[in-house]
Amino acid sequence: MSLDPSYVGRSYPPTAPYEVGREKIREFATAIGATDPAHHDPEAARALGHRDVVAPPTFPFVVTMAAWRQVVEDPDLGVDYSRVVHGDQRFAYTRPVVAGDELVCVNTIEEITNRGGHGFLTTRTDVTTAAGEPVVAVWSKLVVRGEA
Amino acid sequence: MELPARTFRVTRADLVRYAGASGDFNPIHWSDRIATKVGLPGVIAHGMFTMALVGRAVTEWAGAPDAVVDFGVRFTRPVVVPDDDQGTEIEVTAVVREVTEDGLTRLDVTATCLGEKVLSQARATVRTAR
Repeated sequence: MSLDPSYVGRSYPPTAPYEVGREKIREFATAIGATDPAHHDPEAARALGHRDVVAPPTFPFVVTMAAWRQVVEDPDLGVDYSRVVHGDQRFAYTRPVVAGDELVCVNTIEEITNRGGHGFLTTRTDVTTAAGEPVVAVWSKLVVRGEA
Repeated sequence: MELPARTFRVTRADLVRYAGASGDFNPIHWSDRIATKVGLPGVIAHGMFTMALVGRAVTEWAGAPDAVVDFGVRFTRPVVVPDDDQGTEIEVTAVVREVTEDGLTRLDVTATCLGEKVLSQARATVRTAR
């Protein structure tokens, strides 16, 4: 399918805050086999200078995947989600996510290209605390596969 | 410099656990019926699960769970996970590309499954241990 490049630069309103729970971080760390005590034990995290347990590096995707709905459900873009595959993924961290964070996402469409019948859509999601402190910037490239 | 290779076994049970923990319930990660219907050879791992395992390798190499400052990958090939007790294996290796004066180490990472690369342009920047 073809995506309209004129939507490059479109930004969406900030999402409702996502509250990062200590048990969610433990559950995520356990699911990926990450056993470092700082993911599980608040005391171990505090010893590294963090307020509470530290999320593994790809945890912010849990938050930004939910925020993506704004983009993939934007009727102007007309993305057929059943044809979407994940192309690229990148995180640039100001600091790690820790339990107790209230995270707000602002999505911006950074790039749209069409090639070989497929559409390529890159979103940048700026993840900050509810107070506006930057935490991590997240880029996701979605490939919208053309009809076979 | 090459870092010691890490091997991660991935079974269907791991995918179910990751689906619950991440909130990604796309049925191509748990239903062969739906995966084959959309043209896949069978159930595949979440790309983000593979990336999470690579992230684990990177933080363990760095020696600190909060060391990663930049981490990016391109998903190039699906990781097919058979419905048996063995599942499959993902092997992760990395070479140090650069150590900067301000204490950052840049890694080029390779992730393979059954000898084929499943990621490209996989790069991580980590803060060198305090």
